[in-house]
Amino acid sequence: MSDNEASKEPFEPKIVAFFCNWCTYTAADLAGTARMVYAPNIRVVRIMCSGRLDPQFVLAAFRDGADGVLIGGCHPGDCHYQEGNYYALRRFTLLKKLLKSMGIEEARLRLEWIAASEGDKVKKVMNDMTEAVRELGPLRLEPRAYDLIQAQPAAEIEVTTSAQEVHHE
Amino acid sequence: MSKPKVGFYWCASCGGCEEAVIDLAEDILPIVEAVDIVFWPVAMDFKRADVEALSDGELAVSFINGSVRSSEQYEMVGLLRAKSQLIVAFGSCAHLGGIPGLANMFDRKEMFEEIYLRLPSVNNDKRVMPAEEITVPEGKLTLPASWDTVKTLDQVIEVDYYLPGCPPPVDLIKEAVNAILSGELPPKGSVLAPDVALCEECPRRDSKPEELALKEFKRPHEIEIDPEKCLLAQGLLCLGPVTRKGCGASCVSVNMPCTGCMGPTGRVMDYGAKALSAIASSVDSKDEHEISAILDRIVDPVGTFYRYSLPASLLHRCYQQTASEDEGKEQ
Repeated sequence: MSDNEASKEPFEPKIVAFFCNWCTYTAADLAGTARMVYAPNIRVVRIMCSGRLDPQFVLAAFRDGADGVLIGGCHPGDCHYQEGNYYALRRFTLLKKLLKSMGIEEARLRLEWIAASEGDKVKKVMNDMTEAVRELGPLRLEPRAYDLIQAQPAAEIEVTTSAQEVHHE
Repeated sequence: MSKPKVGFYWCASCGGCEEAVIDLAEDILPIVEAVDIVFWPVAMDFKRADVEALSDGELAVSFINGSVRSSEQYEMVGLLRAKSQLIVAFGSCAHLGGIPGLANMFDRKEMFEEIYLRLPSVNNDKRVMPAEEITVPEGKLTLPASWDTVKTLDQVIEVDYYLPGCPPPVDLIKEAVNAILSGELPPKGSVLAPDVALCEECPRRDSKPEELALKEFKRPHEIEIDPEKCLLAQGLLCLGPVTRKGCGASCVSVNMPCTGCMGPTGRVMDYGAKALSAIASSVDSKDEHEISAILDRIVDPVGTFYRYSLPASLLHRCYQQTASEDEGKEQ
């Protein structure tokens, strides 16, 4: 957060949303045609089914600069392909657990069931998530591999006695 | 014509890869006939100066095992890169980061404090910590710097080929050496192992159900393992479906689920994410809470899915989004 205050421009989070073609994307479309106003921070990627969402996509989004990832699918029982959203739920549950143990805050990854008629829910979720991620600040990752490391400065280690003194005893 | 010159080097590794070379047994004899080993610190008395004395590209190939986590290793692999026509990342650690790569769950400060101050067997009242430089009556002494983040070999130098495995299977080593000697090499950047999942060569393959439906994950010591039946079908976390074959299914043949040392097949970007996807998909429940309860049995998802590949993963390491991390980043 100190980072936000320090920089001149207010922090605008980048959020990548993976919306299923049949429910959530249609709902986002509805929100658009109904001229609802919502946070412009979300970039929507349309996928055929939330069950198509490979956890690699989420990590790739974070790697390429997303501060948050939103997954939208049909309500349980409503999947166009019968069970795709249950697969999404299982993967999401485990991915969230993995990200948590890697120190990525939970609010950066969110799964929402949004039916084709729920344009207002799209608006609410997009606004909520933008605010939650804005609160967290930018996601800062270790620089991408292949950027050659230039003598990485290791953090100073504070010690009360240096090895030198011991050596002289 | 003089024989091609070959080098071996190790970075952050356990020595198992060197052992794998010895495991070639009598098959090492024709190799030693065909090449000149000019650098192999583990086995023979060579020094850095011997490498520096070589002209650029004089080594036909260097086999480097271990991940890279110190300034000394970084310098040595850079030197070997300059002197070698081919660099082969040998074994899981050089390929994907390996077991030492799990240190990326911590940073250097945390790790040093744990090892030198907090471990129950440590008696360090004076709180002596490794220093990179000290002055003694005889002069100044220096040690290489440890890094916060463990790197794979190809994150620090250009790598031509990869030999996967922990350690690489003897057959693959033989094939790789023969391919290099005969010049019949696949495209640069290839992993020198079959690009197919382990299930394909698994002796339990026929008992793998069409669709896995797991209500509970189990750990090997908790059940009596059926030696014939698919380990996943028995509820054990076997990563065979997402791991490259080529090891001869040695672990699964002795009732040990695959932990993924051979790494992913060619089209996978992130091994852990793919493994996680495969395992989560096989959970047999549609209820949010039940799914969560079943998956809670996987107590250490990073150690399970990134056991050999955390540095090679898309995220590279664990992050601490705390105040202390902010301080570190500002340096």
